[in-house]
Amino acid sequence: MSDPTVADTRRLNSKPQDLTDAYGPPSNFLEIDVYDPQTVGVGRNRFTTYEVRMRTNLPIFKLKDSIVRRRYSDFEWLKNELERDSKIVVPPLPGKALKRQLPFRGDEGIFEEAFIEERRVGLEQFINRIAGHPLAQNERCLHMFLQDESLDRNYIPGKVQPLGLTMGCGNDCFLLFSLALFPFSHLLFFH
Amino acid sequence: MSFFSFGQSAEIDVVLTDAETRKKAEHKTEDGKKDKYFLFYDGETVAGKVNVTLKNPGKRLEHQGIKIEFVGQIELYYDRGNHHEFVSLVKDLARPGELTQSQTFDFEFTHVEKPYESYTGQNVKLRYFLRATVSRRLNDISKEMDIVVHTLSTYPELNSSIKMEVGIEDCLHIEFEYNKSKYHLKDVIVGKIYFLLVRIKIKHMEIDIIKRETTGTGPSVYHENDTIAKYEIMDGAPVRGESIPIRLFLAGYEMTPTMRDINKKFSVRYYLNLVLIDEEERRYFKQQEITLWRKGDVVRKSMSSQATIGAQRFEGSKSSVSSMLDLKCRA
Repeated sequence: MSDPTVADTRRLNSKPQDLTDAYGPPSNFLEIDVYDPQTVGVGRNRFTTYEVRMRTNLPIFKLKDSIVRRRYSDFEWLKNELERDSKIVVPPLPGKALKRQLPFRGDEGIFEEAFIEERRVGLEQFINRIAGHPLAQNERCLHMFLQDESLDRNYIPGKVQPLGLTMGCGNDCFLLFSLALFPFSHLLFFH
Repeated sequence: MSFFSFGQSAEIDVVLTDAETRKKAEHKTEDGKKDKYFLFYDGETVAGKVNVTLKNPGKRLEHQGIKIEFVGQIELYYDRGNHHEFVSLVKDLARPGELTQSQTFDFEFTHVEKPYESYTGQNVKLRYFLRATVSRRLNDISKEMDIVVHTLSTYPELNSSIKMEVGIEDCLHIEFEYNKSKYHLKDVIVGKIYFLLVRIKIKHMEIDIIKRETTGTGPSVYHENDTIAKYEIMDGAPVRGESIPIRLFLAGYEMTPTMRDINKKFSVRYYLNLVLIDEEERRYFKQQEITLWRKGDVVRKSMSSQATIGAQRFEGSKSSVSSMLDLKCRA
């Protein structure tokens, strides 16, 4: 029937898409806002906290809408935990601004409005990048950072199991932020 | 590659009998330039004439013998001194003596076996050439003439499709399918990607063709990867149940047939790399090897009889792949 000299370029058969899947809400919704900086304390013991609000429909997160307050050192703690325990290359935090903490400055130092805003933006970018990473989502420290009221720095580091499964995933990362896709069967849990 | 005669007393050159009718093929040289060489297939006879021209017609040329060789060799760039010859044929044209005038010698290497395809790569080169030599006491006069050899295949009997479900647990599940596992160099890759689960924010998806050249054996194996093509097949975020078609025309890319363990010295393999990129530039990929083979052209009346014999062994008609109008479209 078909002319052998012309290559067959017809599309392969595919299953029709369910309309509820096509027009339903996407299952990849994840947004974290870092906002409302508040400076607490007095004098030398002042520090700034930020509200971290996460909204998501990813099943791996227990709460679909959570609000916590975190300070810069909490973000540093999260970065260190992830660098130690997970195999991912953790993105950089906004700077520590040590110079701004020295005395005899003309301005407010680390409580300068423009600086806080710059830091807020950097923290928001950081946490969104981290939370969206499939390997970071397995880490207990990330869930505690985003959804527990306060950080328990004496916690036992570990992995979070996705709901309904008895084994999580552990993939090697090749290159920067590259993840290999592994074959699996619905009946087997893969390593 | 050719050596110019050291001794200024004579020039030597090689001319093929069928130089007028034989097709030429383009082949990359080591420094990346493209040149045209006479094209031969396995089993074809290599015949021609060696012309020895005396610069000073009056002066005699003493020599220790005149010969012509047909050589097929593999050269590893990191081991240039050692050439691995897998074909080596010699014809003696003249016994030691002297030439009083310019002379022409006929030669014929009948039905020469040329088991491998000519290849110039990153770390290895496989070449065939004729070398005519006038041996002399102090320095020889010689001339090399490179030829290009293509290895042809027929449509494979078994050519199953590649179909697999891959992903990251609970994050991204896809099923990809390519219509064949063995493609000829002017073939079309037809396939599709079906999304079973999408819990990441995908920005776009592409297919890369990667060539991997492997040289060396045992502990000193060296891989050289080269991305031949990057072809975007989807722009935007898919959801569950979507099917993205793939139609990738191979004729537009410079590729060789798959070469496996050539003379136990090197391999050239090709891979399709399916890559998904999310909004944070994270890359999710699945690599799959494909086999590439070279299809013989349509037998034309103008071809020399020897080439006709060679081509008649192979089926396959000229594929009329249209020009590179790639229509990228989603389902």
